[in-house]
Amino acid sequence: MADMAASPIGAIPVTAKARRSVAERHEARAGIMLSLPAIVLVFLFIILPVAAVIFLGFTNFELGYSGFEFVGFENYVEAFGDRTFQKSLGNTIVYAAIVTPVSIFMALGLAMLIEAEGIGRSFFRTAYFLPVASLLVAMATVWQYLFHPTIGPINTMLAMIGVSGPNWLGSAGMVLYSLSIIGVWQSVGFNLVLFLAGLTAIPRELYAAAEIDGAKSSWDRFRLVTWPMLGPTTLFVTTISIINSVKVFETVKTLTEGGPNKASEVLLYTIYQEGFVYLRVGYASALTVVFLAILVVLMFFQYRVQDKQVHYS
Amino acid sequence: MSPNGFNFGRVVRLSILSLGAVVFLAPYIFMISTAGKAQSDIFTSSLNLIPQHWFYVENFTKAWSRVHMPTLLFNGVIVCLMILVIQVVIAIPCAYAMAKLKFRAAKAMMVLVMLGLLVPIHATALPLYVGFDRIGALNSYAALVAPFSISVFGIFLFLQFFRAMPDDLIHAARLDGMSEIGVIARVIVPNAWPAITAFSIFSVVAHWNDLYWPLIVVSNQAYATPPLGLLYFRAAEAGDDYGALMAATLIITSPLVGAFLIAQKRFVEGITMTGLKG
Repeated sequence: MADMAASPIGAIPVTAKARRSVAERHEARAGIMLSLPAIVLVFLFIILPVAAVIFLGFTNFELGYSGFEFVGFENYVEAFGDRTFQKSLGNTIVYAAIVTPVSIFMALGLAMLIEAEGIGRSFFRTAYFLPVASLLVAMATVWQYLFHPTIGPINTMLAMIGVSGPNWLGSAGMVLYSLSIIGVWQSVGFNLVLFLAGLTAIPRELYAAAEIDGAKSSWDRFRLVTWPMLGPTTLFVTTISIINSVKVFETVKTLTEGGPNKASEVLLYTIYQEGFVYLRVGYASALTVVFLAILVVLMFFQYRVQDKQVHYS
Repeated sequence: MSPNGFNFGRVVRLSILSLGAVVFLAPYIFMISTAGKAQSDIFTSSLNLIPQHWFYVENFTKAWSRVHMPTLLFNGVIVCLMILVIQVVIAIPCAYAMAKLKFRAAKAMMVLVMLGLLVPIHATALPLYVGFDRIGALNSYAALVAPFSISVFGIFLFLQFFRAMPDDLIHAARLDGMSEIGVIARVIVPNAWPAITAFSIFSVVAHWNDLYWPLIVVSNQAYATPPLGLLYFRAAEAGDDYGALMAATLIITSPLVGAFLIAQKRFVEGITMTGLKG
């Protein structure tokens, strides 16, 4: 760590060296002073709590009781044997497996259409981006009305063409898909804007060159130029989409409370229930560690792929 | 691809885009329409966008009186503002030091920042909640603001931005006898407004919309933020009074949506700025 600052000093004459090191010491002190508040707060609000969560995950601590005992891996054993947690983990995976690819490909498709189209560019961007800037709890309430089984506009519309619509949020078989629709609606705009930026950055000449080289159809041009050039954007969008889907909470809390019959129980909602409603802090901490581990694995995966595969310069 | 000609491909393209836009905007259209409908109207003709009897005043009055809207909006503004000011004041000097000063802790700090980027509030909420409970600080602005006083993302962003700033600018200021604080206040900050604006939008949108942490630390209406207030409103309403519910929704979403429509470009930049990492 220190070698970068110390290495050039050996070559400098003694007096200059002394003067230099005074200046360096001064600079180092200023550096510490300026970053000290941030360092303290990082320890207080990030490092310490994360350490505490890992620690508490090995205890049976419950809020309201004074003492606690170490229980080893008991919380983890309980979690992975617990039907609710299994269900919750499974639902989160299904939700992420729907929302991530759909929102990415929809965003990519729309971005390419917008990019190819001259007019209405900023209007379309605004329209698709609006959900990203809106309060999700509020918009979830609107979706609840849209999804209402009897008076909701969606089922009314379906009834007009003779289809009897499902009970979107009320039936165990449907609820996760309905939440996924809201999830896609909410996240497409974000991905779209990133893809638009990626598309704009592709040099026009590459398409011309590909055409000369025999890439006649637009599918060929997409396969040979657009898709590879968008590699870094796609990787980033994929990671952030998965992470955001794993963090789904607002819609579940607002609309379904995990129901009906735990059909929409997701990871953060289970952690919230166990930790802040039943106050089983030890057990909820173990679940939090699982959640954190998922995020770490995803990020690690992104760094690896980024280092190895996505080269385009 | 000629911009003025209307060929088949173009018609298809515009049709798909327009249809998509209608679908994406539909929730807003129904929100505005339903906020002005009477209960009977909602039950009989949900597809009529124009209310048969204009019920806006009644629904808005109901929404405004059932939960204390001014308090909610005020809390939202205060909490977001406090978070933003503290984040910026803490992150800028730190990012400046890491970018432009040589000191031992800088590299360790970089590791902390990269690790910190991984950790959302959901992961730290349990111990923080226990801590705030122990010191009796639940249900306070302090509890709502404190965990977000440090934004490693802010440090990361400012760091990138400051690194690109020319060193000569800073050397010149030092030769003029400015202290490091002086350099930050009079050289760095005035040159960093694009980054500060983008970060501000990112931060305000994130915390105006956040439900998880307020839900945990606040159980008293007096400190409820907009998303939490809307949950209370839904609980108080219980039934299917969608007119009032949509009116409340409209009131609570409009500040941010309004700001977005006014300053779209900046918003898009600010919110998607996380994408610059790649």
